[in-house]
Amino acid sequence: MERRGLDAEELRSAVWSAHRAGGRSAAVLWLVLRRLVWAVPVLLLVSLGVFLLAAASPFDPIHQYYGVRIYDASAADVARVRAELGLDRPVLARFWEWLSGLFSGDLGVSRSMRQPVVEVVAQRLPWTLLLAGTGLLLAVVFSLVVGTVAAWRQGGWLDRTVTAVGHALEGVPPFVLALLAIALFSLGLGWLPVAGLTDAGSSLGLGQVLEHLVLPAAVLGVSQAPWLVLHVRQSLLTALTEDHVNGARARGMSERIVVLRHALPTALLPFVTLIGARVPELVTGAVLVEEVFSWPGVASAVVTAAKAADYPLLAVLTLLATAAVLLGSLLADIAAILLDPRVATDG
Amino acid sequence: MVELRQHDSPPSGKGRWRDVARSRAGTKRGRGATRSRTRLSVAVLAVLLLAAVLVPWLSPSTGLVDYGSVRMPPGPGHPFGTDTSGRDLFTRSWAGLRISLLVAAVSTLVSTVLGSVVGTVAGSFGGWTDRLLMRLVDAVNSVPHLLLGIVIVALYSGTVLAVVLSIGLTHWATVARVVRSEVLGLRERPYVDAAISAGASRWWILRRHMLPAVVPQASLSAVLLVPHAVFHETALSFLGLGLPPHLASIGNILGDGREAVLLGAWWIVAFPALLLVATTLAVSGLAAAWRDRTVPARRSELTL
Repeated sequence: MERRGLDAEELRSAVWSAHRAGGRSAAVLWLVLRRLVWAVPVLLLVSLGVFLLAAASPFDPIHQYYGVRIYDASAADVARVRAELGLDRPVLARFWEWLSGLFSGDLGVSRSMRQPVVEVVAQRLPWTLLLAGTGLLLAVVFSLVVGTVAAWRQGGWLDRTVTAVGHALEGVPPFVLALLAIALFSLGLGWLPVAGLTDAGSSLGLGQVLEHLVLPAAVLGVSQAPWLVLHVRQSLLTALTEDHVNGARARGMSERIVVLRHALPTALLPFVTLIGARVPELVTGAVLVEEVFSWPGVASAVVTAAKAADYPLLAVLTLLATAAVLLGSLLADIAAILLDPRVATDG
Repeated sequence: MVELRQHDSPPSGKGRWRDVARSRAGTKRGRGATRSRTRLSVAVLAVLLLAAVLVPWLSPSTGLVDYGSVRMPPGPGHPFGTDTSGRDLFTRSWAGLRISLLVAAVSTLVSTVLGSVVGTVAGSFGGWTDRLLMRLVDAVNSVPHLLLGIVIVALYSGTVLAVVLSIGLTHWATVARVVRSEVLGLRERPYVDAAISAGASRWWILRRHMLPAVVPQASLSAVLLVPHAVFHETALSFLGLGLPPHLASIGNILGDGREAVLLGAWWIVAFPALLLVATTLAVSGLAAAWRDRTVPARRSELTL
């Protein structure tokens, strides 16, 4: 929704300091510093928000800890467990304790997974990175190829198909895509496994994981592709009418060189920023896709944690996702500074 | 007889001496396409709304559990088939669509009111208030909306209010930003100067000169929010974190259909999903047409 790009003020200050210090690496360094300073209050605010929401919830975590056994437990036992879990202290005290734990590497214990939060994240994060990375890579490669061809042959059959399908796909939620993909490719055609990381009973191997990765990664990629394809197409259409492209055509260069070497680089710059700004949607997609395909990543742990009101885990996962969003926009902006010579030469 | 020719449209593409970037919306063919897209959106939306209201009301099917007719494929009597508990999916899907739309509409209203208030206050007070509120907007936008929504519903367990709050409290930031920039433009208008020199207080100006003027922009961003709200509600319900089972929305129906798909009952997912996608596309088509009309500068084939 929002374009979370480099805003004018930031760009100006980055350029200014680059001029003063002389060099683009200085501009990048300055940007990284600014963003780091900004990230601290955001992450603090987000985690405090989760804690306050949890404290205001009518749900008592002690019920989740005990389950039905709470009816057999004596009041003294319940009170003792409550004190052990630290549930009897005020929310700000608990927040402070959690925060100091965060800096010493102790993130608390996940009540729904019955294991330390650090372990949950360490076990599951690589799978999420694998899935989200593959999905994003597929979406980016696909949209660069298809978007370029569509813009090059504007109004052709491919362009019209891509535009129509792209607009239609924007309205299809990832979980619907996932269910339809399972119905078609797993059950209808029997090509790919339905869900999970490996077949039941088989050990964790490269072939198994790849076979199980195809469908979820493709669904995640397809769910992100419409925005990217339409964006590449639109910015390439604009780039194709710019002076330097006309100049290249006037010098009699081949269409291939004009499109790929003159127009595409100009069009790529806003595209890089867009990819950075799509991280929240990628996280949203990962939550839904991992849940449908029983993919053992952190995103599906969000749902498990939420169902059990397991907020030590939920807080860390929310923080992780926020950090991913901030990192995504930072990386995109660094790429924009490094790729665009104008950023360092304007002034 | 003299034929009157109107020259209200620019000359067609043949006369141009070189290719220039232009939006198809400006050309005759493009305008026609936009108009027919708007008409199609309105027609589809009207049919969907009418059916969502009338079908559950008039349907001969009881919509009750009937284990004698479990997972029946679409056919006479059950146009959409039946689900895993033998309930008629036709009645159930339309009723679900009605609930999805209602929840989305109420959540959008919450977001819009909250966003308008924050945006107006930030824009008209300026200074530290503005900076603080806008940083808050940035912070809210830094958390993926579905995740923040999940945190909110999780802690208040599956009630309608939790879902409404979860969507409402995550989507106001966009509205706030739009309204704020509108207010910043309004502040410099001569009639505001006139009101200040006539001795109007800050609150008076805010109430009489700012709020009414931001209504068009705020309502446009509200309509643009509706598809998002529908998506979030169905996603939460699909994950089993949203509406309670007795208020089944499209999301609940799709969530129930997950296992059914594995048994080959594709219709349990296909038909409710079709209704959901048609509604989303019709609403966003309408919103895009409205935006193109009121904010021509933002006219684009992209929807972000």
